[in-house]
Amino acid sequence: MPEKVFITGVGIISSIGKGIDETIDSLKNSRSGIGVITLLETAYKNELPAAEVKATHEDLMEIAGIKDKRPYSRTALLGIIAARQALRHAFIDDIAAYRTGLISATTVGGMDKSEVFYRPFIENKRHGRLRDIITHDCGDSTETIADYTGIRDYVSTVSTACSSSANALLLGARLIKNGLLQRVLVGGVDALTLFTINGFNSLMILDKNPCRPFDEERNGLNLGEGAGFLMLEAESIAEKEKKSVLCEISGYGNACDAFHQTASSPEGDGAYLSMKKALDTARLEPSMIDYINAHGTGTKNNDLSEGKAIERLFGNTPPPCSSTKAYTGHTLGAAGAVEAVFCVLAIQNGIIYPNLRFQKQMSELSFSPVVALQNRKPLKHIMSNSFGFGGNNTSLIFSAI
Amino acid sequence: MENLVEKLKSEIIEALNLAEMKPEQIDENAPLFVDGLGLDSIDALELIVLLEKKYGLKVANAEEGKKVLYSVNSMAEFITRNKKG
Amino acid sequence: MKVYINGINAISPQHTFKHEDWLKEPVGYRQVRYLKCIEPVYTEYIDPMAARRMSRIVKTGVCSAIKCLHDAAVEMPGAIITGTGLGCIEDTEKFLGSIFVNKEQLLNPTPFIQSTHNTVAAAIALKLKCKNYNSTYVHRGFSFEHALTDGLMLLHEEPADNILVGGLDELTDNSFIITDRLGLWKKTPVDSLKLLKYNNKGSLAGEGAAFFALSRERKENSYACMSLPAMFYKPRNISEVEHQLSAFLSRDEKTLNDIDLVILGLNGDAAGDKIYYQLIDQHFKNIPVAYFKHLCGEYDTSSAFAVFLAALVIKKQQIPEVACLNKSPENKIKHILIYNHLRNINHTFFLISAC
Repeated sequence: MPEKVFITGVGIISSIGKGIDETIDSLKNSRSGIGVITLLETAYKNELPAAEVKATHEDLMEIAGIKDKRPYSRTALLGIIAARQALRHAFIDDIAAYRTGLISATTVGGMDKSEVFYRPFIENKRHGRLRDIITHDCGDSTETIADYTGIRDYVSTVSTACSSSANALLLGARLIKNGLLQRVLVGGVDALTLFTINGFNSLMILDKNPCRPFDEERNGLNLGEGAGFLMLEAESIAEKEKKSVLCEISGYGNACDAFHQTASSPEGDGAYLSMKKALDTARLEPSMIDYINAHGTGTKNNDLSEGKAIERLFGNTPPPCSSTKAYTGHTLGAAGAVEAVFCVLAIQNGIIYPNLRFQKQMSELSFSPVVALQNRKPLKHIMSNSFGFGGNNTSLIFSAI
Repeated sequence: MENLVEKLKSEIIEALNLAEMKPEQIDENAPLFVDGLGLDSIDALELIVLLEKKYGLKVANAEEGKKVLYSVNSMAEFITRNKKG
Repeated sequence: MKVYINGINAISPQHTFKHEDWLKEPVGYRQVRYLKCIEPVYTEYIDPMAARRMSRIVKTGVCSAIKCLHDAAVEMPGAIITGTGLGCIEDTEKFLGSIFVNKEQLLNPTPFIQSTHNTVAAAIALKLKCKNYNSTYVHRGFSFEHALTDGLMLLHEEPADNILVGGLDELTDNSFIITDRLGLWKKTPVDSLKLLKYNNKGSLAGEGAAFFALSRERKENSYACMSLPAMFYKPRNISEVEHQLSAFLSRDEKTLNDIDLVILGLNGDAAGDKIYYQLIDQHFKNIPVAYFKHLCGEYDTSSAFAVFLAALVIKKQQIPEVACLNKSPENKIKHILIYNHLRNINHTFFLISAC
């Protein structure tokens, strides 16, 4: 019988808070982090809203307590801050006590620095400071977090577009179940960059107003940035150390839509399969899910496809459902982990988050999302969806102990 | 108009990297998407960039996009109509 | 965890794509600073409508994956997992450049879409209409190893019976210029097959894709079997490497006496190669030693090329003379130990065995 995988600590930094307390306060008070761009130097500053972490490089260095001269990308700093919180929250001080891993996820790694390098570089190939490019690859932010936290036994980075960090959680749980690790810090991080804002803009799926997931009039997504990390521990370790356990990762499913490079299939095949697999691994019936934290980006395509898949699996009256991207924007590689932290906090606090700015029922769907904060105790099982370009879909289930 | 249609065909082939295709193989009346030439939503985005880059014309929204990008002819008509106006 | 390698394929600077005979005709390159892949005719494998958006790495990845599945006679893999250190850098550079050149206006979306690291695994899934497990690892010199670890776990968790795992990276003009400025490569051109003779700083840049069809079941034409690779991060000294080696071998109930061939990641960089030579002197004295980076160059997922080489050597029971560092193996090659490190940060072991 494989071990259960417990979550014993979480850490988060996003546009709605630089820690658990600020985050839960924002969630409870419908405080969205989406607004005018003030930090990223982009031509779209006044045109496209985004959910920035309102902290400069120096601010983040200070929060992380870093003074050395190693080059740090914004991605690495956001990651370090959330990772450190999660370790503290889980009361872990001796990393070497058990076989411990780190799995981080990111879509564009240290792109914020690469952009600084690339501008002079394209003019002259001898230009551009090398310290701005050595943090480019996705592995860099992970290894920076590993060095900062002292984790050495297993260091990995996942990148499956917008489902990246959901897959980091999935892998972490499986590594524990397979006995390869006893503890693993899992999560994801992405910083807002010119690359992503221009990329999504070229796809014409950025809303010029704060996004409205699952609304008939929804008109695209807003980008966000942030990091989420969660400490996973094998049941036996948590018991031995008499840890207070936040919840269990009871189910996970990964499937590929294999429909189109960017678009989701009309009936949400991949989404249906990942949710179904997650229920199967958790040995749960659809009716046992108390809340779905949807992927819900706010694009026409995603919300319709995801909504259809939810109807297929849960019927016409699915469990309460909302997308918290109306709070944080779409944090890309961090989204799965940020939303996993929200799910843990939901179980802890017995609350279901509202789907902000929802007004009009989608004509194609039978259900509508939760519009006001709900107190619901106990919340036993929560499903969280993360879907990415290339059809990389992952669903996770968090269960109260 | 005829010249514009031919020019558009070459531009579409270049923009969408339809390397195996020759302009005469594109039927200007046939739908560009799905059943016809088999283009998809990413191609639509590329064609919107093409219209703006080469002709200075903005497609207002997805609904208009669908009509404008229906066929080579509809693209040519859109260009002619808006250039005159 | 033990699995069988039932199909292999590689696109590399060697004639590996149609791999039957390449061991007999290894290619040497004169006066080069990097090696690039010998590419197949892609249109034979990918229909032009699908290929038109694909950058080189996506085409090599898809072609190699398809050929690998053919090799194993698998139509629909239970999972597709790739590892890539840098991902689709050609399209990343293209889109990044266009942001500055066009001042953030009117950007073509295609290079952005194709720049994500999961593009290759997704393109393979799309080509096969494969809705099964799909993931991508992007961790420097551990990228392929993580893909493999995930794959081996899946095979033991049961839902998957045949899976596809690959490692791939591409070299572009700009990525060479940047990594050259970082001092990774030899400053003057070299003859690739003499890579170890120069005894100075830097290596030879390379690229490639290698795919493997893995299963829990042995088939008639299985190449070899393998166990979980071992990864260790930033060892503090040589004794930590030695400790990891003995832990790795004893995990599989082996000792160095069982090893018939060692394949090392020697890449010509004097400082980085020191670790390998120390191990040869102290542990591999009586074992035939081979190396491979003079054949494929150095890149984040070059260990996938080493596994490809090892699987083929075991099946064919022959090894090209140019790959041997000292003596050629005389006995039957039953167990091959691969040890590779990327810039003394990401260290890995593999054990590939006859089945």
